Amino acid sequence: MTPDTFLALDQLTRRFGDHLAVEALSLSLVRGEVLALLGPSGSGKTTALRLLAGFERPDSGRVLVENIDVTAVPASRRRFGMVFQHYALFPHLDVGQNVAFGLEAIGAPASDIRRRVSEALEQVDLTGLERRRIGELSGGQQQRVALARALAPEPRVLLLDEPLSNLDPTLRERTRRELREVIRRIGITTVLVTHEQDEAFELGDRVALLRSGRLEQLGTPAELYGRPATPFVAAFIGRASAVPVIVERGVTGVLRLRVPGGGFWTLTPEQETGREVDGPAVLYARPEALRFASGTDGAAQGVITSLRFAGASSLFGVRLAVGHEVEVAAPLGSAQVGESVGVLPSRRGQGGMHLFQGATR
Amino acid sequence: MNRRARGAVLSGGLLALLLTWLVVYPIGIVAVDAVRGAQGFTLDGFRDFLARANEWQALWGSLWISFATVVMSACIGVPLAIFFTRYDFPGRRILAQLVALPAVLPPLVGVLSFLFLWGETGFAARLVQQVTGSIDPPWRLQGAGAILFVQAYSMYVYFYLFVRAGLRGIDASAYEAAESLGATRWRTFTKVVLPLLRPSLAGAALLVFLSALASFSAPYLFGGGFRVMTTQIVSTRLNGDDRLAMVETLALTAIALVGLVLVRWVDADGLIGGSKGAPPAARPIGSRRARALLSCVAWLVALFLLLPHATLLLVSLVPLGTWTNEALPPAYTLGNYVTLVSDPVRARPLLTSLWMAVAATIGAIAIGLGVGSLVVRHKVPTARLLEWLVALPWAVPGTVFAIALATAFSVHAPAALRFILVGTSIILPLAYLVRNLPLAGRALLAGYRRLDPSYEEAAASLGAGGARTMRRVVIPLLRSSLVAGATLAFVAGFGDFVTSVLLYTYDTRPISLEILGSLRSSDVGVAAAYGVVLMCVSAAVFLATSEREPGR
Repeated sequence: MTPDTFLALDQLTRRFGDHLAVEALSLSLVRGEVLALLGPSGSGKTTALRLLAGFERPDSGRVLVENIDVTAVPASRRRFGMVFQHYALFPHLDVGQNVAFGLEAIGAPASDIRRRVSEALEQVDLTGLERRRIGELSGGQQQRVALARALAPEPRVLLLDEPLSNLDPTLRERTRRELREVIRRIGITTVLVTHEQDEAFELGDRVALLRSGRLEQLGTPAELYGRPATPFVAAFIGRASAVPVIVERGVTGVLRLRVPGGGFWTLTPEQETGREVDGPAVLYARPEALRFASGTDGAAQGVITSLRFAGASSLFGVRLAVGHEVEVAAPLGSAQVGESVGVLPSRRGQGGMHLFQGATR
Repeated sequence: MNRRARGAVLSGGLLALLLTWLVVYPIGIVAVDAVRGAQGFTLDGFRDFLARANEWQALWGSLWISFATVVMSACIGVPLAIFFTRYDFPGRRILAQLVALPAVLPPLVGVLSFLFLWGETGFAARLVQQVTGSIDPPWRLQGAGAILFVQAYSMYVYFYLFVRAGLRGIDASAYEAAESLGATRWRTFTKVVLPLLRPSLAGAALLVFLSALASFSAPYLFGGGFRVMTTQIVSTRLNGDDRLAMVETLALTAIALVGLVLVRWVDADGLIGGSKGAPPAARPIGSRRARALLSCVAWLVALFLLLPHATLLLVSLVPLGTWTNEALPPAYTLGNYVTLVSDPVRARPLLTSLWMAVAATIGAIAIGLGVGSLVVRHKVPTARLLEWLVALPWAVPGTVFAIALATAFSVHAPAALRFILVGTSIILPLAYLVRNLPLAGRALLAGYRRLDPSYEEAAASLGAGGARTMRRVVIPLLRSSLVAGATLAFVAGFGDFVTSVLLYTYDTRPISLEILGSLRSSDVGVAAAYGVVLMCVSAAVFLATSEREPGR
């Protein structure tokens, strides 16, 4: 924890029966920082958010705001604003009454409430919709009302639970940009939960990747993609094929890898992460870090089993040996399904090859 | 555990104690008193019970008439439900609603209107006499047949409502799948529809069985020499043999609980049907003549089913002493209604019933809200007990509760939590409240289960405390459940006869007892007018509340 830490989770643990939903989770945010909690379902990210909000009590650990322990403070007095996955807009109240709800609860004077409601709606670009009923709003508008409602009482922290999952894909990207703008403009310390990498990467200054209730890696999007700390991170973030290899470390720092399909690849230090690896290992290779070989020299031999069109380059599935497949990014037309090919590390690439000692799949 | 959670656990415990005291304790006292004699433990009561042929007759009578009522109600209700769900014809919607109306009418009103329509001096009998020229009534509405007729005529509604709801829950694709697999319409019905309807049928059967078992008005007015347990209990009690009445009460309770367990057991693997999706649209009838015919039949059926209630209305307009042996009353007046309002002695029961039903409803709803919140949200350790306590009065006949309350609260023993309430104005509202618990409790538990907890969390995250969240968020969102529960509870209390007949005093005599009194003094018009008031208030409350669903 640094001195300018604004919000901190300190060794938070929450059990449901035998199941450890969140285990000794520690995270800290500086004022105005946006942190994305990313992870597959069941990773504990929603429980972590609910612990932060005060809807769940931790079995142990603390939540601190400006170094003051708020773990025992009930949700209603924590002054954390929250946008719920399904928004939880009160259907019996109109837009204005929804946004005013929090202001009334903290006892703001009536004249103030009207002004602040219209300000909050202006912030999310819904000026003048105070009298609209919730049922009359589109999904995107509901999302923005939920944001305005959470922000109106000027909370210390903003919590977002899968804020975009309820929108259709075309709307999602635009809403994501708008959400990002509002958060930056206000400069509010924010924690958001998502299972979408794109969302975490675009909205979060830093991303915490959770797995089975534990923090797997914390870092900027570039760090998570470029220097995954564990095989799980390498596999979860972006695309990567896992292949068992045998590493032979040369004196010059150059690595030689024995790859299924008779491959014998040479990697320069810039091309891989995992300096200490030697002997049996698992290689996580990004599709763009591999290429088709023109000759057979050192290339891993395989057969193309699938082809997926993906814009500028296509993704080719290559079976090197039984049970071992890699994905190679190459221009469409480079090869046909059923064709025999050789696979080598890409020459231009920096990074994209991640070695982990000993681990097998 | 934090303070709020501790508070919830404590409230859960206290509420469980309160409900145990109200629901279980009185029955427990009956059970204990039934085996307590002057020299301690005695089985004299049971010996008495088993030795008397009358008791066996009553027990057997209750059993077979309840089963027969289930069968006959099903024979009326199930075809009606299928008819009104599957076929489309002019007037279908309104008729479908009308046919369900008897569900909200107090049993006594139904019995009364039967008396006026099918009784030996009723319209039908007079009509036959007129045609045949006979002086003797063509039939007597008395005995087992009469009870069965009246009960089936009013309880078919449960089968009708349950099966209609069940049919609505079957997705159109189930029919289409059967059809695409080559099944005939009959085969589809027996192999697909009926199995999917099983939970609805079992639910309706249980409800009819328990209602018939607890039925008091019909056997009381039409029974003649035919014995059933409910009337047996009341007459034993009036004869002053309290111990025997207690044993009878226990016997009736036991049958009700066996019925409950039996149905639960038969329906243990409740089917999870295709609850999503849409039922098939009602089949429009192509030919214009067939459509007209169908519409006619539907109107006739509805008319036949609603005729008793129309009769009641007609009789309420007959001035005292003017109608002797004509087929139709010779004179009509609103005088009977004027009497109800202007005569202070007559008006009093109306107001008494009103305030007692309102008080009982408020109490039941408050307890229902508490139980809903503690069971569904706080998941307190006593949750299962609370749910069970709230549901129990549903299976226990009203007569049993009346006897139990009369026994428990006729003694002053504060240390045993027994107070003298019998003879005060508290006992009847309390009895109504206990009887209303299942209606209010079930509606609110279901409402709470449907209510997304994130609404309450949203309110909390916006700074609202418990009371504010309850007032501004939970209660408005539970409105339809609250209204449904309150309506049913109010109507049940307003028209109650079963418990009132055992617990009323002159000062707290409710409408039902006044109807009986008027009937005894041959003041038929006033009795009918009371009945119409009961019917209209019940129907009005029901219609007013069922239409205003909150806009989505």
